Amino acid sequence: MVSPANGRDRESRATFETVDRRDFLWEALKASLGVPIALGVVRVPELCGMQEESDAGAERIYGMGIDIRKCIGCGRCAQACKNENDVPDEPYFFNTWVERYVIRGDGEVVVDSPNGGIDGFPPIAEEGGTLRTFFVPKLCNHCEEAPCVQVCPVGATFVTADGTVLVDEEYCIGCGYCVQACPYGARWFDPEKHVARKCTFCYHRLAKGKVPACVEVCPTSARLFGEVGHRANPLARFLRFNEIQVLKPHLNTKPKVFYANLDGEVR
Amino acid sequence: MQGYIYPNEFELRWSLLIVLYPYLTGLVAGAFILASLARVFNVKEVEPTYRLALLTALAFLIVAPLPLLAHLGHPERSYEIFLTPNRKSAMAMFGFVYAWYLMVVLLLEIWFDYRRDFVLRARESTGLRKWFYYALTLGSTDLSDRALGFDDKAGRWITIIGIPSAFLLHGYVGFIFGSVKANPWWSSVLMPVVFLFSAIVSGIALVLIIYIVATLFRGKKVDMGCADKLATFLFYAMVVDFSLEMLDFIHRLYESEESIEILSQLIEGRLFVSLIVLQMVLGTLVPLISLGVVSPALSWRGTRKVPAEVRRLIYLGCALLVQVGIFSIRWNVVIGGQLFSKSLRGLTVYKAELLGVEGLLMAGTFVVLPFIILGLLVKIMPPWAEDELPAPTEA
Repeated sequence: MVSPANGRDRESRATFETVDRRDFLWEALKASLGVPIALGVVRVPELCGMQEESDAGAERIYGMGIDIRKCIGCGRCAQACKNENDVPDEPYFFNTWVERYVIRGDGEVVVDSPNGGIDGFPPIAEEGGTLRTFFVPKLCNHCEEAPCVQVCPVGATFVTADGTVLVDEEYCIGCGYCVQACPYGARWFDPEKHVARKCTFCYHRLAKGKVPACVEVCPTSARLFGEVGHRANPLARFLRFNEIQVLKPHLNTKPKVFYANLDGEVR
Repeated sequence: MQGYIYPNEFELRWSLLIVLYPYLTGLVAGAFILASLARVFNVKEVEPTYRLALLTALAFLIVAPLPLLAHLGHPERSYEIFLTPNRKSAMAMFGFVYAWYLMVVLLLEIWFDYRRDFVLRARESTGLRKWFYYALTLGSTDLSDRALGFDDKAGRWITIIGIPSAFLLHGYVGFIFGSVKANPWWSSVLMPVVFLFSAIVSGIALVLIIYIVATLFRGKKVDMGCADKLATFLFYAMVVDFSLEMLDFIHRLYESEESIEILSQLIEGRLFVSLIVLQMVLGTLVPLISLGVVSPALSWRGTRKVPAEVRRLIYLGCALLVQVGIFSIRWNVVIGGQLFSKSLRGLTVYKAELLGVEGLLMAGTFVVLPFIILGLLVKIMPPWAEDELPAPTEA
């Protein structure tokens, strides 16, 4: 099959070549970048995975403070959360759980969290000697730059005006990308609702002026809840008088769960 | 379970079906790139496989999204990905990339390529068959030189657009994994490139298999010039693919980031069979060496002279091994990436079930289905040279 070259073809080619090639490429490049941006199809901050709206206008931003030295590993927080939020009883669905770290004399690190710490922890094996040991409560970090929010293909995972990361269960298609994207293992897949679930900071309680269930039941006040950047509240005091760390800071997720006295071994 | 994993990591969220998806789209992209060799780069030898490669790509593309759909928690909400895509999400583009590739590239190219056949078949058939082929022409029955010239030109241009589109289709799948910073096994800038080249490898190997097997079943002679060329391209693509994978491997080893320890445990333990034995040795080294020796890739007529019948068998064997290897790559990425904890302190296990939506049976169905569809397509639109219809007697 041969295409017949006709006069019109030759003519158009001739006009095409009068345009300087370098100019043409430059214009084409400008247009290909500029037009989508100008039309608002692509927004530069979005391309960089940055949050669209700034938090400047928000009334409050919620956060949690956890003092590692105060946690006694009783697991009441994990149990209270399961009760409060209808989390399945199986030992692999948790909005919050407690990890125990045992750092041995030879530097070996042993971590466990049997049933999320709800049933307590078995005795520490004596061999090797124990250098340090402590408990670490874990939960969704309600990251400012949340990878789970970024990856959700339909926007079912979103950030509320007060900085809390939530899942719209009526909207989630159940692809599981957010479960993969969370660096903290904070998300799980509901076997009955077939949607992704996670800690909500007990959003239904916040609306009534209460603190999250895990904070309320903590017998040693190892967990504190409050507004970040607000002058007079327990969290502000906590952030002011402790050396604060967050989990996996190198991933630039900007967590809003703040730890005091956190050991370098915690991941 | 070994060491410590976050409690929520006990269940792997992405199962066998998600392994299938990149495997199937890889075959699509690879087969299309092979077709473009004939169409755009004028590699005359592979022309007997041009139409076959296109139909193969179409058959596999039709099936590719099915495992994804079956895997969703709420497949009935999947259309939301078109209606309200989250523009920040790497996955949100999926529907558009897929639709673009299916509608704009593959279907259009096949239609332009087959339009003449449709018209001729409609003319020579009667009854329902006539109407069926007439419907396929979409009412465009002009067979003048000018019209056919336009078909040819359009097909060529669509192929030219199709090459970057095929790159996009599969490179994009790689990006979905490569951009997950939480997962050190996935998070790599090389991921889309590795996906792409492994796709080309798998696509060429698949068309080679289908071509040889189908030709033998039809009782025809395999065009060894074509088979040799396919084997040569397969060899080249494998060299690039293998080099990229080695680069990724060496880079990780040399950087030795905090994840290196758990990833080493992963490779030495859970992934030993699928990565070292299946992917590296059987899926890559054995076919690479065999093709290097037998095919004309390194020296004209091959490093060793082998009779055509034996060569054909070796090609077939290599291509089958390559399929095992590429499937293992997808497995090692998708499943391997979920076998270690993001606490980097432990490993979990994955056991595929036999029945159920995510089971082996379902996965097997999705692998067989494209071949059934391909069989149908080949019936409707024979891709073989000897079925070429004679030029119309009257214009």
